[in-house]
Amino acid sequence: MGAIIETNNLRAYYITKAYGVERTVKAVDDITLRIQEGEVYGIAGESGCGKSTLLRILLGAYQPPLTVVGGEVIYHLDGEEMNAADMTEEQQRDLKWRTISYIPQGSMHVLNPVRRIRDTFHDFISAHRDVTKKESFQLTAEYLRDLGLPEKVMASYPHQLSGGMRQRVTIALATILWPKLIFADEPTTALDVVVQRGVIQMLKDVQQKEGSTLVLITHDIGVHANLADRIGILYAGKLVEESDTGTILENPRHPYTRFLIESLPSLDSREERLAIPGRPPALDRPPSGCRFHERCPLAKEICKTVEPQLIEIEPKHFTACHVVEEELNRVAV
Amino acid sequence: MFTTIRDLIKFSPSFRFGSLILLAVAVMIALSFLSPYEAGKLRRKVKRNQPPSATFVFGTTSQGEDVFWSTTFAIRNTLTISLIAVAIGRGIGVMLGMLSGYFGGIFDRVAQSAVESFIVIPRLPLVILIASILRGSMTMYSLGILIGLFDWAHPSKRYRSQVLSLRERDFTHTAVFSGMSTVRIVIREHLPFIIPYMLADVISGFLFSIGFEVTLSYLGLADLDSPTVGTMIYWATYYQSVFAGRAWVIIVPIVTVVLMVLGFYLMSVGLGEYLDPRKRLVRLSADAGDEAADDDPRKDKDDAWAP
Amino acid sequence: MNLLRTYILPRILQWALVIFVGISATFLIPRLSPRNPVDEMIGRMTAFASIDPHAVVSMRESATALFGLDGTLLEQYGRFWGRLLQGDLGVSFGNFPRKVSDIIAAGLPWSVGLLTTTIIISWTIGVFLGALAGYFHDRRWSQFLERFVVVVYPVPYLITALVLFIIFGAWLQIFPIMGGSRGEPALTWKYISTVLYFGFLPALSVIIGAIAFRFIMAKALTTTEIANDYVQYAELAAVPKRKIILFYVARNTMLPQVTDLALAFGAIFEGALITEILFAYPGLGFVLYNAIYNADYNIIMGIALLSIVGVATAMLIIDLLYPVLDPRVRLR
Repeated sequence: MGAIIETNNLRAYYITKAYGVERTVKAVDDITLRIQEGEVYGIAGESGCGKSTLLRILLGAYQPPLTVVGGEVIYHLDGEEMNAADMTEEQQRDLKWRTISYIPQGSMHVLNPVRRIRDTFHDFISAHRDVTKKESFQLTAEYLRDLGLPEKVMASYPHQLSGGMRQRVTIALATILWPKLIFADEPTTALDVVVQRGVIQMLKDVQQKEGSTLVLITHDIGVHANLADRIGILYAGKLVEESDTGTILENPRHPYTRFLIESLPSLDSREERLAIPGRPPALDRPPSGCRFHERCPLAKEICKTVEPQLIEIEPKHFTACHVVEEELNRVAV
Repeated sequence: MFTTIRDLIKFSPSFRFGSLILLAVAVMIALSFLSPYEAGKLRRKVKRNQPPSATFVFGTTSQGEDVFWSTTFAIRNTLTISLIAVAIGRGIGVMLGMLSGYFGGIFDRVAQSAVESFIVIPRLPLVILIASILRGSMTMYSLGILIGLFDWAHPSKRYRSQVLSLRERDFTHTAVFSGMSTVRIVIREHLPFIIPYMLADVISGFLFSIGFEVTLSYLGLADLDSPTVGTMIYWATYYQSVFAGRAWVIIVPIVTVVLMVLGFYLMSVGLGEYLDPRKRLVRLSADAGDEAADDDPRKDKDDAWAP
Repeated sequence: MNLLRTYILPRILQWALVIFVGISATFLIPRLSPRNPVDEMIGRMTAFASIDPHAVVSMRESATALFGLDGTLLEQYGRFWGRLLQGDLGVSFGNFPRKVSDIIAAGLPWSVGLLTTTIIISWTIGVFLGALAGYFHDRRWSQFLERFVVVVYPVPYLITALVLFIIFGAWLQIFPIMGGSRGEPALTWKYISTVLYFGFLPALSVIIGAIAFRFIMAKALTTTEIANDYVQYAELAAVPKRKIILFYVARNTMLPQVTDLALAFGAIFEGALITEILFAYPGLGFVLYNAIYNADYNIIMGIALLSIVGVATAMLIIDLLYPVLDPRVRLR
């Protein structure tokens, strides 16, 4: 299977101008991704690293001040190759929900508070399919039953549902038309652990039923470990490491990834977890050289000046770090 | 403060126009002190009913007043009345609203009942009634006090809800947990939010007071011998200037009122936009993107800036 | 049952309290007036004829009793409530011996007609334009519209009315500037057309300011609303704009706007005071204005009573309707 969506040297900046103050926030800087059809691709990183911005660009749902200043996004859908920049608004709209869909962060605010769940479903379905209200109610009822959700939620208002149920309903709402490509932004954040499990299981079910591609964004490596086939690690708007989930968890190479993995709690060890020193940099004035060098215990002189390139250190395992690169060269020599 | 005003003038067209108008108003007030006539002694000084000319820029009235110099005094007096009204009305409103919001409990309930009852009482008829009772003894100052005494209920409700929403914000809880005293929380954490709000609110208080002054004076319920924008309109209609073809006598005060309220309003619009949490975020925050989505102040639906 | 006790009952109590306090205040305030309505009436009667001083004294006594102005303030207050609860508003002092209820009944249709029309028109247009301008806030037409509204909005209502009066009434003389109609009241087009003709300027003067106010409110509410996640999400899902504006944006801004609409209707009994005075329109506002000048307490009381009950009841209805309008209130 080939790629379903790819980006080439994508750069997307927030360019704002208010009361004479101009700022450019380089939220996505030179990112190249190739997401395969049918896989679950995880994007991880601290908050503020640009993952939500990347998602917005991939989804084609952005407006100024967020601007794509370089690179491209290419969809491979229905055997056709489409450059996002060349698509008309009409084409974009046609793709939404039927082919590309989006599961937002689990929150109070995604469902219209004054509309019953079934009416919201009807609004979303009828926007893309020629259905009567009755037909979409039926479709919704069937789908909810498939996913194991109680049918009575249909007549409820959002505030009458628990947080976990709301998130499940949102996932159902996003996937009701069996999209090929699903983006999920922190789908389990803000839910408690027990509920998280249920939601993760549901995401798995939805993805596997039709073999859809799922792009999963979360800071929670635990969720990635559960769901993702491959993981890309984002730091300060840059992709710093990418490999299959097993490799990332067992053998992370980039110092930042190592921190991320080591900060995970584990059941069989009681030693104190390491926290990453310092804070993520402000993206309107990113550090020179390697953007991680200020927080990196291994940083060398070169890291402060020269930007490391993403290289394949072993098959299908990419990382962008001078230290790793040097080690590799030493071994090779 | 200075840079804020400079930025506002530079980048907010409404604020720029508003402050330009108010600058003209200020010049007029300053001119009133340089007037060739003594305050309150403008009548029967010049030839009656003269149209605008080089000598009388805005013409003269049927009472032998020079309209231009009357206007300078009128603006000054109307603003003095408004200032008194705003100080009293917003003063009571701020105090009551904030105390209500912070104390809660019995105090809040009693205060809210008073406010609700007061809001229900038909305001304009009641003010007219009182003003007609006091008609003979009404001065500029008592008119200001009267207007102020009827303009606290709505503001106090607004300040109360401001305080209530501030109390629910995360930083208040954080401050409470960290053992900060209530007074400190109010001063350090809340006042920075309330003061800008108050500023915009005070400006809109002027809008209300100017309108009320003009209305009461038009009905003949003010001190008709001290020139205000309202009494100018009163005398203009009294002497039938519209029908007698002396349009300047009534047009000048009407245009003056419109410009004055427009000046205040445009300023408050500019200020409101500047204080708008959405724009403030763009201006102040160091990182946009993911962070912006997290603490997006739009989430605490605050229609405080709706006039 | 629980809802009744925790939600409905306290609100009905509040309603009664507000009316009681409001009416008591309006009872008290005119009685602080140095002007005595009995003297004013006798003054009017003796102005053109000389009357025996003894007759004046006895007339004064009987008039004081008739107006309910004898005894201490407290006694008057007690009698006042006693009569009020029997539905008796007393007689007018200024237009003796017409009954207050008759005078109010004569003015009421004019004010209600004028204000109902203007409230509905201005509210509908304002909400509609404001919502559209808020939703399409970056379009040129909406920015132009807003600039226009910004200029109109702060202008005091008296000034708007005065400008219309001067331009269309006095100079162009297109519209009449006095009265409410011409000819004998009848249900004929001829008569009704004069009602519309006479009512046009008064109505317009109210509508202009009211639209501007409603527009600004609706636009501000809409601007806040469209930033909400559920609106953004529906847009992302390409739900048709018409549906988003109607069911996602407008529907959620309705609560405060319907509140205002109800309050505006509650305030109908205050009359459009300024407009009615300016255009000598025969509604309640005009009646009230004359009553204030004649120290005609009973009329003032009657209108204030209607007004207070009107506004308080509107607020009560809103409170009771909240759970219907907003599903979120239901469970609380």
